[in-house]
Amino acid sequence: MQKISDSPVSFEIDDEQGYLIVRFAGEIDLYGTPHAREVILNCVKSDRNTVIDLSAVTYIDSSGVASLVEGYQLAKTNQLEFGLINTSEAVMNVLQLAHLDKVFSIHASLNERLQAS
Amino acid sequence: MMSNHHTPTDQAAIEVENLVTHYGSTRILNNIDMQVSTGEIMVIMGGSGSGKSTLLRYMLGLHEATSGSIKLLGQDITEINAEEMDELRKNMGVSFQGGALFNSMTVGENVCLPLREHTHLDENTIQIMGRMKLSVVNLGGFEDLMPAQLSGGMIKRAALARAIVMDPKLLFFDEPSAGLDPVAAAELDDLILRIRKALNTTIVVVTHDLDSTFRIADRITVLDKGDILMIGTVEEVRNSDNERIQSLLNREARHIEIDADEYIKELTGQKS
Repeated sequence: MQKISDSPVSFEIDDEQGYLIVRFAGEIDLYGTPHAREVILNCVKSDRNTVIDLSAVTYIDSSGVASLVEGYQLAKTNQLEFGLINTSEAVMNVLQLAHLDKVFSIHASLNERLQAS
Repeated sequence: MMSNHHTPTDQAAIEVENLVTHYGSTRILNNIDMQVSTGEIMVIMGGSGSGKSTLLRYMLGLHEATSGSIKLLGQDITEINAEEMDELRKNMGVSFQGGALFNSMTVGENVCLPLREHTHLDENTIQIMGRMKLSVVNLGGFEDLMPAQLSGGMIKRAALARAIVMDPKLLFFDEPSAGLDPVAAAELDDLILRIRKALNTTIVVVTHDLDSTFRIADRITVLDKGDILMIGTVEEVRNSDNERIQSLLNREARHIEIDADEYIKELTGQKS
C-alpha cells in the first residue's frame, strides 16, 4: 500500500486480468481527493481499463466522487472501461444522492465484473 | 407516527448549555439547554418572538452570548478564536430564509463559491462538485442561469446546493419552506431527508411550518418567549397537554397577558 505523505488516503495498484485495479484505503475527502484524482487520471491516461476498489475507503465525499466522475468521463472519451467494485453502503448512499449509481458500472468484485462483461 | 426511519447516534454534534442572550437590556433566551445527536434532524419551532431565529443565529456564532456555552462538533464556539471558527465553518452549511444568493453571479458560481474560497481543489473537480449538487436539488443544467431567472423554490434549492457543496457535518435551515407552495415545500423536505440519509448530516431547522416539522423532525424543540417549553419527538409534542404547545399546534392566537405596572414602565421607558 502506497502511503501519500500528509494525505488521509493511500493506495495500491495491481494489474489483474487486463485491468488496473486501484485499491484506495482511508478517507477520500477534501484533503485526500487531489492525490486520489491524480492516481485515477494517471491510470486512465496510461490507456488501461481501470477499476476502482473502494472496500477499504472509510469515507468519500463529493470531491472524491467528482474525481470518479472525471475518471469515468476520460475513460469514456478514450473508449476504455472504468468501473467501481466493493462499494460500501455509505459510498452507495453518496452516489445515489447524486444519481450516479445509475451512471457508474458497479460490481461487488472484479470476478463479478468479469462475469457480467 | 414514527420518525424518519433513521437512527441518530448518541454522540452529540451540537450541545447548548445554559445559554442566556440579551438584545440590549432585554433578555431573549433564558438558560437554553439542548443537544442534537449526530445525524439527527432537530426542528426548533415556536411563534413569532419565541427566540427560535435568535437561537439559530447564536448556534451559527453570529452573536456573542451573555453566558452559557454552545459546542459544535465538540468545540465551544463561545471560547474559540476567529481562526478556529473559520475552520469550524467549513463543516457548517447554512440555508438562509431568502436564499442569500449573489445576484451578480450565475447559479453555478454561487454554488461553487465555498469551494473556491475554502479549498485548493482542481477547477474541474470544483465544477463537477457544483453540478452534482445542483443535480441533487433537481437543478441540473441550471448552472449558467442568474438567480433573477429562478423561481422562489428554485432559489431555495440553489441555496441548499451551495449549503451542501462542502458536504458539511452540520446543516442549518432558517424557515426553509417560507414563501413556497405546499408541493415545493414538500419537495424541499424530501431533499432534507435524502441529504441526511446519504451524508448522515446533523440538521437544525428553524420553522413555524407544522406540516414540514412533522415530515422531517426526529425531535422538536418548542420555544416560547425565550424558554424551552418542551423537547420531544413528533409524537410526544403532538400529545403534549401543555396549553401553549397545543395553541401553537392548533394555530391559535396567543393571549397576551399584561402586567399593568410593567407595561406602564415599558411605555414610559422606565426599567424594572
